[in-house]
Amino acid sequence: MSIQEFLRDLTYLLPFTYLVSWAAVLLIVDLFLPDDRKGLLAPLAALGMAVGIGLSILQVGQQQAAFNGLAMVDGFSIFMNVLFLGIGLVGVALAYDYLKRMGLERGEYYILLVFSITGMMLMGSANDLIMVFLALELLSIPLYVLSGLARPQQASEEAGIKYFLMGAFASGFVVFGIALIFGMTGTTSIPGIVSTVSSGTLLNPLIFTVGGGLMLVGLGFKVAVVPFHMWTPDVYEGAPSAVTAFMSNGAKAAGFAALIRVLVVALPSIATDLTPVIWIIAALTMILGNVVAIAQRNIKRLLAYSSIAHAGYILMVLVAYGSAGLAAQAVAAALFYLVAYTLTNFGAWAVVIALEKKEGRGLMLEDYSGLGNRHMGLAVAMTIFMLSFTGVPPTLGFVGKFYLFNVVIEGGYIWLALIGVLTSLVSAYYYLRVVVYMFMRDGEPEVRRDVWVNLTAGVTAAGLVALTIFAAPLFDWATRAVLAGF
Amino acid sequence: MIPNEYLPIAVLFILATGLAALVIILGHAFGPRRPTARKLMPYESGMTPIGPGTRRIRVAFYMIAVDFILFDIEVVFFLPWAVYARELSYYGLLVIGIFTVLLLVGFIYAWKKGALEWE
Repeated sequence: MSIQEFLRDLTYLLPFTYLVSWAAVLLIVDLFLPDDRKGLLAPLAALGMAVGIGLSILQVGQQQAAFNGLAMVDGFSIFMNVLFLGIGLVGVALAYDYLKRMGLERGEYYILLVFSITGMMLMGSANDLIMVFLALELLSIPLYVLSGLARPQQASEEAGIKYFLMGAFASGFVVFGIALIFGMTGTTSIPGIVSTVSSGTLLNPLIFTVGGGLMLVGLGFKVAVVPFHMWTPDVYEGAPSAVTAFMSNGAKAAGFAALIRVLVVALPSIATDLTPVIWIIAALTMILGNVVAIAQRNIKRLLAYSSIAHAGYILMVLVAYGSAGLAAQAVAAALFYLVAYTLTNFGAWAVVIALEKKEGRGLMLEDYSGLGNRHMGLAVAMTIFMLSFTGVPPTLGFVGKFYLFNVVIEGGYIWLALIGVLTSLVSAYYYLRVVVYMFMRDGEPEVRRDVWVNLTAGVTAAGLVALTIFAAPLFDWATRAVLAGF
Repeated sequence: MIPNEYLPIAVLFILATGLAALVIILGHAFGPRRPTARKLMPYESGMTPIGPGTRRIRVAFYMIAVDFILFDIEVVFFLPWAVYARELSYYGLLVIGIFTVLLLVGFIYAWKKGALEWE
């Protein structure tokens, strides 16, 4: 590789390389800020990510492999970059006031958030299993630290340790899966694996399949699907709410980005073996997530189980990943639902953050009593989020679920679609219970007024309703833009 | 089913576990046992242990260990670069330069945050 090629490859990955340098700058800036002015890092981090979104959009239409094929710029990676940077922006907006009033204002939050985003962006561009693993670690390690940000509070420390141990365990599965695939194909490059399989020089198909299965297990931990979901409620409850809001969207989107790259691009050859496994995992996840959520009185735990259930819905569509005609549609539906889920989830967490008080108070369902009388706007927004989670029109959650079920039924998995619809009905019970508490019970909820949190809730609520009108053209556009690379 | 190249590894596994199990079983079955206080110490003929084994350890040790990793990784990348520095020419210099700058940022951060101070 010459210097010219190296610099050219750096520009191919410009949003990523730029954000890494910006994170390093933030690290140095943090050193020179006095302890009571750490909030200054928030606008700097936001500025960095906004510029990153601009750089990503400038790349639209590019299709290049960089660094000897280790990473890719294509429609998929650009789409994921914009999504991740957007998640980072909202993550900063929700945290700014929250960290201050909870006494957690440490510069590390913003720096670790930016580092985690760089990992997610690398995940979207990864074109080699080693890169997938590197990205997984780069995005996870800052999240482990962020979960324990509220130290010395015991719940937060516990969340940090628990997430770290489970995450390290999951990484082990991913690495072992990569090792087996490498052992059978002699390469870790995703196009290399595909060409080895199609040329028929695969050493042992059984071990290759086991490798793919192990990767599915490891990534399943990251996106929290049953039976790898145990850590989710405890970590989501223990971590500071702003961190949970960021983590539940960012880590999930990155995990699915990796699953899509690995399954759809690298391993379509073993789809007949993996599809039944995905079927069972998705069904179990939808059932368990939604049923256990009914028993939750704590809103953070409720949203944790809701996030498990929604991971099940997104995984459901990947049963169709093996059939050539449907794979592209399945990926588009999964990405569309990810966007819908991210908007809904961020909105719901914004409301949770607005109502949360120090020492973990203000998090029970009872604390939402009377919200409809005292703070109409917030209660209406929360209602929209709950409807979108359930999948009731006219919200983006409904459109997203429509596309998911559409692909699953076209693939011929009628029973799986039926389980999805039935569990959606079950989920209406606990989502609407929040609405019942807000509008039909009396109470005096105290709400923290913060312009950024209100803005997040307002914009996501408006977006969820308004975007349904443009859903079909948006979906077509996403399909074309994203799938150029598949 | 399993490729033949893996057979020696399987044999090694079986031999290693078998031998280890054999030695332990033989020792248990035939070895005389006359325990004394000195023999039961964690390190026979070693230092006499003071206090319980689970006492608290200064966090400073942990910080030093993390800093050590920073420098250890540096060496891991510097050494192969140094061997091939001439062949890699300016490209190698550029890459190792970027790496060093990123490493230095981390080092400065650790330094200014006081991770290198013992007290």
